[in-house]
Amino acid sequence: MSFDPDLAEIRFGCGLSPVLAPAKSTKAILAALSGPDDMAARFPIESFETFQGRMLERARQSAIRRKDRGSPASRAATKAIRRLNQTARIDAAGWFGQTLMRRTWTEDGFRERLAHFWGDHFTARGKTGVLRRATSPYIEDAIRPHLTGRFEELLIAAVKHPLFLHYLDQQNSVGPNSAVATRRKKNTGLNENLAREVLELHTLGVDGPYTQQDVRQLAELFTGLTFQIRAGFKFNKHFAEPGAETVLGKEYGGDPARLRDVHAALRDLARHPATARHLCWKLAVHFVSDTPTEALVVAMTRRYDDSRGDLMQVYETLLNHPDAWVPAGNIKQPIDFVSSACRALAVAPELIAGFDERALQLNIIQPMGLMGQIWERPEGPDGWPEEDRQWVTPQGIAARLQWAVAVPQVLRPDLPDPRDFVRTALGTRSSAATAFAAKAAESRADGIGLILASPAFQRQ
Amino acid sequence: MSQRPLTRRAFLTRSAALGCSAAASPLLTPMTFAAAPGDNRLIVIILRGGMDGIGVVRPYGDPAYRALRGHHPMVSDTGPVDLDGFFAIHPALRPLMPLWHAEQLGFVHAVSTPYRDKRSHFDGQDLLEAGTPDLAQGLARDGWLNRMMTTMPGLTTRSAFAIGRDNMAVLSGSAPVSNWSPDSDLQLSPQAMLLAEMVMAEDPLFSAALKEAYGLAGSDGDPVRSLASESEILAEMQQNMLAATRGGTETKIAEFAAQQLRGATRIASFSLNGWDTHAQQYKGLNKALGRLAQVILELKSGLGPVWDKTAIVAMTEFGRTVRLNGSNGTDHGTAGAMIMAGGAIRGGRVVTDWPGLEESALYKRRDLMPTRDVRAHAGWLMRELFGTSVSDLESIIFPGLEMGSNPHLVL
Repeated sequence: MSFDPDLAEIRFGCGLSPVLAPAKSTKAILAALSGPDDMAARFPIESFETFQGRMLERARQSAIRRKDRGSPASRAATKAIRRLNQTARIDAAGWFGQTLMRRTWTEDGFRERLAHFWGDHFTARGKTGVLRRATSPYIEDAIRPHLTGRFEELLIAAVKHPLFLHYLDQQNSVGPNSAVATRRKKNTGLNENLAREVLELHTLGVDGPYTQQDVRQLAELFTGLTFQIRAGFKFNKHFAEPGAETVLGKEYGGDPARLRDVHAALRDLARHPATARHLCWKLAVHFVSDTPTEALVVAMTRRYDDSRGDLMQVYETLLNHPDAWVPAGNIKQPIDFVSSACRALAVAPELIAGFDERALQLNIIQPMGLMGQIWERPEGPDGWPEEDRQWVTPQGIAARLQWAVAVPQVLRPDLPDPRDFVRTALGTRSSAATAFAAKAAESRADGIGLILASPAFQRQ
Repeated sequence: MSQRPLTRRAFLTRSAALGCSAAASPLLTPMTFAAAPGDNRLIVIILRGGMDGIGVVRPYGDPAYRALRGHHPMVSDTGPVDLDGFFAIHPALRPLMPLWHAEQLGFVHAVSTPYRDKRSHFDGQDLLEAGTPDLAQGLARDGWLNRMMTTMPGLTTRSAFAIGRDNMAVLSGSAPVSNWSPDSDLQLSPQAMLLAEMVMAEDPLFSAALKEAYGLAGSDGDPVRSLASESEILAEMQQNMLAATRGGTETKIAEFAAQQLRGATRIASFSLNGWDTHAQQYKGLNKALGRLAQVILELKSGLGPVWDKTAIVAMTEFGRTVRLNGSNGTDHGTAGAMIMAGGAIRGGRVVTDWPGLEESALYKRRDLMPTRDVRAHAGWLMRELFGTSVSDLESIIFPGLEMGSNPHLVL
């Protein structure tokens, strides 16, 4: 099996569009990905740097509130905090709308899919206050600019990001013999969470060749990685455990503690063969099948190893491998499902821009939650599940079907004729049953809904 | 099925016949699944937000209590209700007093998860549901209730249900779990229902899920089959979404849980929100407890004869500060209370090793001191309901936990 423009758009892009033609070759897909990030410019999402302003203001108000609880100033601060939280919530819904529009109008769909894939690989979410809304800005700053470089650059950018450090409890991890620990004594200690997840999830993989001792040593090496609300990432040597650490048999660092030693360890982890295998397998699972062929994974892994983790080369191997084009792909995640539906319906940017938070919630974000994807709130640092069975549950299918029948009429007030839409949405992958349903449905809404709910549309 | 290409007319004729057989199909009812092991039922309710244990089960007999929380006379029909001469329950739980007298309502007090000091909802709930000793090691990828199920024989996909819209991390893991949000309807025209079956028939995974969805959606109060127009269906869907964000869907959740538990289901879990009472907590607690009481009563009436085999346990991520703050609320604390109900429990008592409320007895001079790990109680509950072994409990389900003595929570 080999390249097929419709399948390419469905499997590696954001789905078929009645307006935008599919890429003509894998070369064209990769060329678009190497080019400028047009969608980021056309549908902007706040950068984390800007988002920090919200955190700063929140911290300022919190200090006022704490100062004299019950006083008018404190009460005003409580109100101000509520407003800040509310504004962030409303703005975050808007960023979701932008994400949707990027996917609807892009001619570089692979980039959107990769941003989601790597954003999920490096899952991070805020636990308190305005930070709960910081996921999109984090992906915008730490993930999206590094989709096409070496994996090690992506790894370093994610690991040093304030949201990532916060989510995996790194910012308060203090070396037991560090300057701070010896001074403060109480309430300080090492937190292994980030180190463990970096080995287990982000690099070597759960079956990778590391021990508890490696986790501990890497956690000690990571001490000092922290952030300040105003300045962002900061390497604080007072938190750092003195002495060198040995991770996977190699010694890093010494005194004084330096950030470049952390970088060196991360680069070595990124270049490790187990990391190559783990990442390539994960990419193949995400884009092709829950059970990708060994030949595909091996070919990608070899390219990763040969290129020292040059992601563009790995993508190229993926796209050009015959096993990447087997029919009946994965089940779309809810974000892929609703955004590819928007794309097939050619939902106008002005329409989504005109949606307030409530409209976005009621029509898209909450229904996605019912489909099993509460947006930007995966259960753990391992992100969204890949297994088809996790998504094709009775609840998930009921929610997809109900959404498909009910919501397109809001997204596209002049619903297309289902008999045409079956070709728009499914291209060469239409089936007799779906074409029949499109024709036999009693209303346009039902016809469109049945096409969108069909397994042919639900699968990538 | 015929292989001939369908015509619209042929399809419509066949639809009528299919319509009849679909309604009678045993596949579409949830009762066809084989029973899971044993006959006991466990319902785990996660109270998200940090329930104020001291405000719910009030230690009015503790000499320090009145200075901390004020005096609330128990004379009127609306005040708190005395339980045992030392503890009294919050007025909003008054409707549950008949259960207390029947020894089908009980409390465990001054307990907590191993979570300490950071007092974040997010981490606290993660730890409560993961059932692990701390977060510094990273978090388990599955929940303790699911790990318990992996030790049970003969499970089917209907043995356990996660109900509602929240992620129920406590139930996620490798053992099969069904999920359903009874607060969201599936409504389709009769024609669309049949066409959807036809379209899904191309893919066995979808086809099976759709059949089950029809069964579940049809059994939770509103039929799937609807003659509403598409704009009415849309309005209804949006209405459901709105209702879910405003709360008030817990009755449907309880009804649905009871319905499933009357059948093949043995384990159900869902969450109740609204416990984060930082300000004016008399209002907030009233509301949240009213909902909890309603849920328990709804479960009782829905479970019918199965009530006698049922244990309900409601747990929260942490308790709250013993002192009221400047806005008549309480902030995040440490130990709190666990609520139990059901015909299978030994109720009518407050199980506790009461630590006292004088300042020196408090945790960090601010919170109720935890006297026991809440996981031990959950563990003994599962031991007695499902025969789970102590060694599995201490290693697989709650790694690192010492179960300690049996508090005999089950009859």
